[in-house]
Amino acid sequence: MASSHSSLRSPLGRVRGLGSAKEGVHHWWAQRVTAVALVPLIVWFVWSILSMADANFVEFTNWLYDPLNATLMILFIVAAFHHAQLGLQVVIEDYVSGHGLRIASILLVKLLCAGLGALAVVSILIVTFGG
Amino acid sequence: MVELSLPKNSQIKPGKTHKAAPGAKNIRNFKVYRYDPDTGENPRVDTYEVDMDACGPMVLDGLLKIKDEMDQTLTLRRSCREGICGSCAMNIDGRNTLACLKPIEECSGDVKVYPLPHMPVIKDLVPDLTQVYAQYESIEPWMKADTPAPPNGERMQSPEERAKLDGLWECILCFCCSTSCPSYWWNGDRYLGPAILLQAARWINDSRDEATGERLDNLEDPFRLYRCHTIMNCTQTCPKGLNPAKAIADIKMKMVERQG
Ligand code: SF4
Ligand code: SF4
Ligand code: FES
Repeated sequence: MASSHSSLRSPLGRVRGLGSAKEGVHHWWAQRVTAVALVPLIVWFVWSILSMADANFVEFTNWLYDPLNATLMILFIVAAFHHAQLGLQVVIEDYVSGHGLRIASILLVKLLCAGLGALAVVSILIVTFGG
Repeated sequence: MVELSLPKNSQIKPGKTHKAAPGAKNIRNFKVYRYDPDTGENPRVDTYEVDMDACGPMVLDGLLKIKDEMDQTLTLRRSCREGICGSCAMNIDGRNTLACLKPIEECSGDVKVYPLPHMPVIKDLVPDLTQVYAQYESIEPWMKADTPAPPNGERMQSPEERAKLDGLWECILCFCCSTSCPSYWWNGDRYLGPAILLQAARWINDSRDEATGERLDNLEDPFRLYRCHTIMNCTQTCPKGLNPAKAIADIKMKMVERQG
């Protein structure tokens, strides 16, 4: 209830505000889709890592050299970072109420996730192709 | 940013104790939130010793007994005393509900009575509902149709179409749900909250209404609709046994449905 009681704008005018953003369904849907995609991907990822618990560096890179493993790994990275970024945006929108600060933190999170995700994908590609 | 400390005038001080008439044997303590902005004093919690042998069964009976016989300054809203007007919504024993439907017997220990959470308080148990009423108005809760009504004025519905309104039309706009929703607490100035979204669903699901798309357009917004994170407090607390969380989920599904 931070709504300024000093304002003489009518309550309806305040509630209507700048109007509907006509946006939100894609964000919501993408959250669901990435969540569903992550279920098998996480199972696969955890199972793979556990089954290579005492593998050495060469065995591990050989594993990643396999096109199927590399593809699944990239899908896992993309889904995970995309999902994280969507979720963090919601948390920031919930708790950061200053407009400028909110936009800035959302931007920062998105850039960080994009950067880290790209770094992970490029690393996989280097292992797979660079050998 | 998140406010970590509460504003000074929200700190609650211990209040007065109003003794029961001598001779009362079956006493129940009512601990009631008191706040009067005109005095400039902080809110306090007053204790009333209510003689249960001379009191009706519901919390509202107790509060009215206090007002009639012990302390006329106690301020609250009520009208129908049978769960249909929605005026007596308050926080009783830690839960938002209607005082007229809540049996005193069901309260554990002292009967603790506070106003609906996170709304500005006008006085004692009376919250300021200006914003939530404006939000109600903003969803245009009336029939919109371009097709003129038939000569007899009656727009027909099949029994199946009518059944889609069940679980929605029963809402009495008491706002127990909205004021129990953490998302509404943090972002109530932009998030419409469960009560208003359930009302929106009531019109979206009405087969006679011709503005369904326009209604969805006006809701598709990260704040107006998508602040609901399915926390389910609303459904848990609704004194009419309705399910606002499901109504909101249905709206979200319709948003997806119209994408393709
Ligand atoms: S389900 Fe949605 S509306 Fe209900 S309490 Fe949770 S966030 Fe609020
Ligand atoms: S949905 Fe239930 S709790 Fe919410 S306003 Fe309607 S009757 Fe009250
Ligand atoms: S007095 Fe009408 S709902 Fe309680």
